[in-house]
Amino acid sequence: MASENLIEVQHLTKSFVAESNFFGKPTSFVQAVDDVSFSIRRGEAFGLVGESGCGKSTIGKMLVGLLKPTSGKIIFEGKDITALPVKERRRYCRDIQLIFQDPYASLNPRMTIAQIVAEPIRTNNILPADKIDARVDELLERVGLASYMKNRYPHEFSGGQRQRVGIARALAVNPKLIVCDEPVSALDVSIQAQVLNLLDDLKDQLGLTYLFIAHGLNVVKHISDRVGVMYLGRLMEIAPKNSLYHEPLCPYTQALLSAIPSPDPHLQRKRIILEGDVPSPIDPPAGCRFASRCFAKVGACDVAAPELREILPDHLCACHRYEKNSGAADVRKLARDIQYDAARPSYGRGAKDVNADPVVAPGAKKA
Amino acid sequence: MTTELIDDDVLLSEDEPNPSSVPPEAPDYEHAAQKPESLWKDMWYSLTQSKTAMVSLVFILLLVVIAIVTAVAPQVLPYNPYQQDLSQSFQPPSMQHWFGTDQQGRDIFSRVLVGTQISLTVGLLSVAISLAIGVTLGAVAGYKGGVVDTVIMRVMDMMLAIPSILLAIAFMAALGQGIDKAIVAIGLVSIPEYARIVRSQILSVKQSDYVAAARVIGDNDFTIIFRHVLPNVLPSIIVRATLGISGAILDAAALGFLGLGVQPPAAEWGDMLGRGRNYIFQAPYAMIFPGLAITVTVLAFNLLGDGVRDALDPKARKR
Repeated sequence: MASENLIEVQHLTKSFVAESNFFGKPTSFVQAVDDVSFSIRRGEAFGLVGESGCGKSTIGKMLVGLLKPTSGKIIFEGKDITALPVKERRRYCRDIQLIFQDPYASLNPRMTIAQIVAEPIRTNNILPADKIDARVDELLERVGLASYMKNRYPHEFSGGQRQRVGIARALAVNPKLIVCDEPVSALDVSIQAQVLNLLDDLKDQLGLTYLFIAHGLNVVKHISDRVGVMYLGRLMEIAPKNSLYHEPLCPYTQALLSAIPSPDPHLQRKRIILEGDVPSPIDPPAGCRFASRCFAKVGACDVAAPELREILPDHLCACHRYEKNSGAADVRKLARDIQYDAARPSYGRGAKDVNADPVVAPGAKKA
Repeated sequence: MTTELIDDDVLLSEDEPNPSSVPPEAPDYEHAAQKPESLWKDMWYSLTQSKTAMVSLVFILLLVVIAIVTAVAPQVLPYNPYQQDLSQSFQPPSMQHWFGTDQQGRDIFSRVLVGTQISLTVGLLSVAISLAIGVTLGAVAGYKGGVVDTVIMRVMDMMLAIPSILLAIAFMAALGQGIDKAIVAIGLVSIPEYARIVRSQILSVKQSDYVAAARVIGDNDFTIIFRHVLPNVLPSIIVRATLGISGAILDAAALGFLGLGVQPPAAEWGDMLGRGRNYIFQAPYAMIFPGLAITVTVLAFNLLGDGVRDALDPKARKR
């Protein structure tokens, strides 16, 4: 049961029109999501990580049906939901719910909490009218809100409480998959932990499956079973959490991991500092998307995009550095070498410098 | 399932001990009996809390009563508002003629009271016309976008490009004379203003996350428009409409002044104002009282509109 795929995304692509000519004919496109494939198993939390603009939220919106994929398939419980007509699509949407990033914008300011949570139940005729009240109370309780609050309006709540309301609304239709679109990035750090714990508890209690989108690996580490790393519309690496955190293969993942801040001010660490900026998604690099900033680049990187393939057992990575069919030990050693070469000592209070900032790699422009 | 990075025991223990599961206790002053009211009941309650809005509402209701009574039973008026008596022309305000008399010796007080009928009808009906058409067009344009939006809004732009009074005169020329035609003309002329306001508001509300959330839940377009979009657009429509009522009364006055709206014997505030204007130095009261009637009525509608807008806003609402 655990290995059964709840949802499978195949070669999903989404491009937006960036510019169009006088007659409204598009002249250039933004490749927000480019040929992304992954699958999420039932009962699993799949983390999707990447920096702003890499297309992770676009994937989430396509899964819940807010955006229509340009091409590719989304197979939910064995059925391709991208091909369904709008009406039927809506029925499936009930099983896939979304938790929004911004708890301040995602609740209608003119509806009370009870109305907001009850709405999906009413819309989908899940319960008879007289049972809705009790269900709303139960849902609010489940997300840690007292039922006496239910006649209040969203502006009377804090960010964390609003996010709980958003979670209750998503739970109201008994979904199978919840897409969490950076559910904690708008919250204070102390509240982040609470909401993450809540999501984690709910997953165990209700047997939910999550697609958990975030821009930092630290948040995802807490909740995910497997993690996918995205860069500029492409998936760079997919791996079980432990494998990804302990032996990151893709140079981009290595850099992301080294960017997680440490709560220990005395810790002496080595960091990988990336140079330059993310290339424009309007005209992405021909080869590997990360090639322009990669510290482990080889000639092939500029020529052809590496394909996402299984390099270690269950650990997929798109990188030219790892040869096909090489042994696991070789791969691990190579990954460590790449990481070691790029890391610069930085951070923390050493004996000498008191206000040490990250030391920038030689030749880098940004301080 | 802890990470050294986010799970910080110190931070967590500060507020709630195990916050993910335990709902806080209800404080004493909160009782569960705090009942779920409908949007309109809440609004009404909140409206009654505003003194200015209630005074305005009472005044407007009074106007409505006056309009109905003078229409049904004109004998309650002290004088026949249409009875000319040239020997009595331009009597200053006195115990006999509270507001004085006009050039034809008609009692201004009676005429102001009778004028309520026409002014209120013009104000409310023409705004109803422009609201109904303007809001629909604006909502469709904003919600559908694309070609529909372009076509509708360019037509609106064309209407806006012509001065409204000129356009109203053109409509009158096509429709013919009479107060009913004037109402239609004034209503049609202000359609673009409503359409523009509604469209821009809908464009911003449409992009909001809660509309996306409604779509994810499975709401259809109808529900989304009426439950999520319109309630959030309503405040600006209401404020514009109350201003529109005053504008419509003034427009009707202008048309009457040009001889296109009300025809002479009929009493209409704007028309009375226009005719009194010629004698502003000899008999200022001939224009002061109709002018006051317009001002106070317009003010009442605007203040009521303000009150309704505040009452509709949960954030400004008093509990």
